[in-house]
Amino acid sequence: MHIVVCVKQVPDWDIPPASFKVDEAAKKVVPPPGVAPVPSQFDAIAVEAAMRIKDAAADTKVTIMSLGAASARDVIKHGLAMGGDEGVLLVDDAFNDLDSTGTATVLSSAIKKLGDVGLVLTGRQAVDWDLGVTGTLIAEMLGAPVITFAKSVTVAGGKVTVERVLPDAFETVEAPLPAVVTVSNELGEPRYPKLQQIMAAARKQVNQWGAADLGLDAAALAPRLTLERLFVPVTDTKVEIMEGDTPEEQADALVRRLQEAKLI
Amino acid sequence: MANGVLVLAELADGAPAPITAELVGAAQRLNAGPVSAMLIGSGVEGAAARITGVETVYVVDNPALAEYTNDAYTQAAVAAAQQAEPAVILLGQTDTGRDLAPALAYKLNTAAAMDTIALEMKDGRLHTTRPAYGGNARAVNSFAAAPAVATVRPKSQDAVEGGSAGRVVKVDFAAGAVRSHVTARTVASSEGVRLEDADVVVTGGRGLGGPEGFQGIEELAHLLGGAVGASRAVADLGWRPVAEQVGLTGKVVSPTIYIAVAVSGASQHMAGCSGSKNIIAINKDPEANIFKAARFGIVGDYKTVLPALIAAVKKAKAGA
Ligand SMILES: Cc1cc2nc3c(=O)[nH]c(=O)nc-3n(C[C@H](O)[C@H](O)[C@H](O)COP(=O)(O)OP(=O)(O)OC[C@H]3O[C@@H](n4cnc5c(N)ncnc54)[C@H](O)[C@@H]3O)c2cc1C
Ligand SMILES: Nc1ncnc2c1ncn2[C@@H]1O[C@H](COP(=O)(O)O)[C@@H](O)[C@H]1O
Repeated sequence: MHIVVCVKQVPDWDIPPASFKVDEAAKKVVPPPGVAPVPSQFDAIAVEAAMRIKDAAADTKVTIMSLGAASARDVIKHGLAMGGDEGVLLVDDAFNDLDSTGTATVLSSAIKKLGDVGLVLTGRQAVDWDLGVTGTLIAEMLGAPVITFAKSVTVAGGKVTVERVLPDAFETVEAPLPAVVTVSNELGEPRYPKLQQIMAAARKQVNQWGAADLGLDAAALAPRLTLERLFVPVTDTKVEIMEGDTPEEQADALVRRLQEAKLI
Repeated sequence: MANGVLVLAELADGAPAPITAELVGAAQRLNAGPVSAMLIGSGVEGAAARITGVETVYVVDNPALAEYTNDAYTQAAVAAAQQAEPAVILLGQTDTGRDLAPALAYKLNTAAAMDTIALEMKDGRLHTTRPAYGGNARAVNSFAAAPAVATVRPKSQDAVEGGSAGRVVKVDFAAGAVRSHVTARTVASSEGVRLEDADVVVTGGRGLGGPEGFQGIEELAHLLGGAVGASRAVADLGWRPVAEQVGLTGKVVSPTIYIAVAVSGASQHMAGCSGSKNIIAINKDPEANIFKAARFGIVGDYKTVLPALIAAVKKAKAGA
């Protein structure tokens, strides 16, 4: 079976909150100098989900697909080092600043172009905008069912079986292939590529397609949502640290303050 | 002409869930025409009368809707929306709303703004504000398509309870293809106060060093009549169940007292608790981000601070 994993390149989220900066005029995040972009967290986990399927069925082919700047080749290479077979890089000036519908239009067009795809895996949400819509939109555009928030994904007999994580429950959901599944962190840690695999990934094929290759024009990519403003919220809480020479004194001070504030 | 606001009602144990009244409140405050609700499920018609503050309740009641599936619920919501013809559709950022909103929006040739915390009509168009970048930023969006579909973060909107019940309109619905099926479900059992409803939440983080670290957390929560929460690091390590996770991809809580013990206060964690009235942080690192959001703090090792705090609370309770 052919699996496509959609991986987005995002600014590293693991930075101190104080170094998070926004250029309000450009409505863009300014990454701190020297901090390289990374594969979105849940997308690396989606690659892991694909590799577990491949571990169980050797005739599985895994394509790593990313839409973004030319640098998105790095996140494709990372997926290939984890064990992916081929990459598809979608770059074009016409793809800059797409909304989710535009992004899903490009990704689903590329998936259609591949032709024989049985399963599409995405992250539950990209860790830049935290939207969680692209997987569902790809499914709508492919006319395939979608199952969100997977903690495990298995494939057998033309069906995908997914354990879903809900706030107060786990459920098992089945759907016929082709299908789209969005993957959550409960699936587990993504595997760490070995040096040998990283070197092998350098030789794996990455196809690069633009709007013309996919038969897409500006009208097909017109945004439905417009970003009006991006800013960093100001918080003005001032913490009162409990004084005391011992933990007991600190704890007593806290309880006293809570009683004064009529909280206990 | 499209007009008014349609909200997706959700039920819990047969009665409107808190998110329903929050959505009705948000819809009324938009001042964008009549507020109506859609109620989707099997055997739910009787609950329609308990949805208040709306002019109309569109009920899609069908055996195919007994269990939530993306296919069947999307079809039902599309049917209700086509009958109501709203300018704005609001859903909760709940497990249902998260899954349903993008599919519903796509089927209506529009888009969904997810996880919004503020909504406003400007020049006749909906503008939404939502946290992005793990809560580090805020993004304001407007719609270039109609109707405007938005999910609303639980507890971000004041609920409107009471008012009169709406006129019930049954929506004609024949389920089309339903491709995915639920074959099993296990519900996380929880004892004591529900995390989302608790007035006191005591949350433990990775700094507790292991599941045994939660003994003190449980004891303090019990003393204060509260619930136990966990950071994602803790849930991922399997020290506590996922159902206790607070944050962007966990639950949203807004208790009177939120005590975070050995939690660093990453923006994605704060996304789930920043609405708490009083955050109390216990952390050995005075630079920890949690102190930036806290009202009261103790800098120290939880191993000594937590027992001392439990003793002090017991003493205070005995004295009262
Ligand atoms: C897209 C995305 C979504 C996420 N969603 C969530 C979410 O929903 N909820 C969530 O919680 N996280 C979420 N995270 C993860 C988040 O970024 C943090 O990694 C996580 O919250 C850290 O958990 P922690 O504070 O328990 O652990 P750590 O960051 O490891 O912090 C441990 C803290 O304990 C303190 N400590 C250590 N020892 C002691 C001691 N003996 N006494 C006192 N203090 C001590 C340390 O000083 C430190 O501050 C998400 C991340 C991403 C990228
Ligand atoms: N530019 C992109 N390139 C590849 N995959 C993407 C892109 N944008 C979104 N996705 C996929 O869709 C998922 C959900 O994204 P979002 O809807 O933006 O939160 C991500 O976790 C990715 O798997």
